[in-house]
Amino acid sequence: MNGAQDVGGMTSFGPVQPEPNEPVFHAAFEPRVLANVLATGVLGLWSGDASRFARESLPPPFYYTRSYYEIWLAALEKLLAEKHLVSQDEIAAGKKLHDMQDMPLKVFRGDKVAPALALGWPSERPATNQPRFAVGHRVRMKDINPPTHTRLPRYTRGKSGTIEKVRGCFVFPDSNAHGAGEDPQWCYNVRFSARELWGDDADPKISVSIDAFEPYLE
Amino acid sequence: MHEDHAEAVRDVSGEPRPHQNAGHDHDHGSELSEVELRVRALETVLVAKGLVDPAALDAIVETYETKVGPRNGAQVVAHAWSDPAFKARLLEDGAKAIRELGYGGRGGEHIAVVENTAGIHNLVVCTLCSRYPWPVLGLPPVWYKSAPYRSRAVIDPRGVIAEFGVHLPEDTEIRVWDSTSEMRYLVLPMRPAGTEGWSEERLAALVTRDCMIGTGLPLWPDAAQ
Repeated sequence: MNGAQDVGGMTSFGPVQPEPNEPVFHAAFEPRVLANVLATGVLGLWSGDASRFARESLPPPFYYTRSYYEIWLAALEKLLAEKHLVSQDEIAAGKKLHDMQDMPLKVFRGDKVAPALALGWPSERPATNQPRFAVGHRVRMKDINPPTHTRLPRYTRGKSGTIEKVRGCFVFPDSNAHGAGEDPQWCYNVRFSARELWGDDADPKISVSIDAFEPYLE
Repeated sequence: MHEDHAEAVRDVSGEPRPHQNAGHDHDHGSELSEVELRVRALETVLVAKGLVDPAALDAIVETYETKVGPRNGAQVVAHAWSDPAFKARLLEDGAKAIRELGYGGRGGEHIAVVENTAGIHNLVVCTLCSRYPWPVLGLPPVWYKSAPYRSRAVIDPRGVIAEFGVHLPEDTEIRVWDSTSEMRYLVLPMRPAGTEGWSEERLAALVTRDCMIGTGLPLWPDAAQ
């Protein structure tokens, strides 16, 4: 979606502000949000892509004025409400008010955390077809504007680049975010000159690459 | 960490940008406690409904507070500087080679390592969210997740790098990597001159988090003495 998250190429946010000796967390609620997001993500009710869509479909004024973990919190609340797991009145009350429907849940147990995090959740999948493109091919990004989740940034749409690497076959976030299955697709590293992206005044010594799924390319 | 360039940036950054660190400003006590209370309430409900196991929550927090961080990545870099065969494997399949040193997993299932050379400097960003190689760098810093960095790294990488106090020669080619898929990136910086014969442990002390993102360079050997 053309949401608040898609900021590549905007120039109005001011300078980057690195923080010396930055702590891992800045407030006590931040690690709790991280932990609850990761733990509920393992329940099997939504994918990481669906979590990202929940964040990027937050209203832009909210997205741009809240901290990272506040955005995560809001998206988690949204997902929990959509699945009828936790409602707003329960959060306001700070206690369970409604029973949940029976459903299969894979609750993340404490003893499973270390091995699961160490293994991760790889998203590469066995290929069932041949890649359409190869290293060195010139490709153009389609000009798509879906209201749903996509990983094709706006600043590359309609732009042409060169395939630098065939990454492999990966879960397709555009499908997976919306419960439409993993729908694995070939993924390519595509490099664009800054001039292609930003015009003739751009620095000829600069290039930008993205990792683009085959359905984005033509 | 050795965020050595940050002070200089503060001096030239002009107006503070309050919203960039919204929620991190401890002066806003009441606003903060409202969020704290909300998170506490949500967690209470999640635990009461059996949706999360408190022991799992604590284990997750402990992992990212104490076990995963940029010292892991520094070891990877120091090992690559010391062992050409490992470096070749690292550039071929980053995640697989990094596993040899015992690092991997969530947020680093797929990692590409990109090498800086005398003429090429690499910079990593995620314009769409905050993809970052967790097992080797830990959780991303606030600036990496913030709109100023995510927006300008792709259109003005030279300016962004300069805001970290790093001024690259004008003829240096800059390659920006926007982490739009599950492939996450780690920069392999150039080994500093004057470190011949150094142990991997000494070399790792030169490797800052920022130099593995591309917003910094390794420390000079003198600085690490």
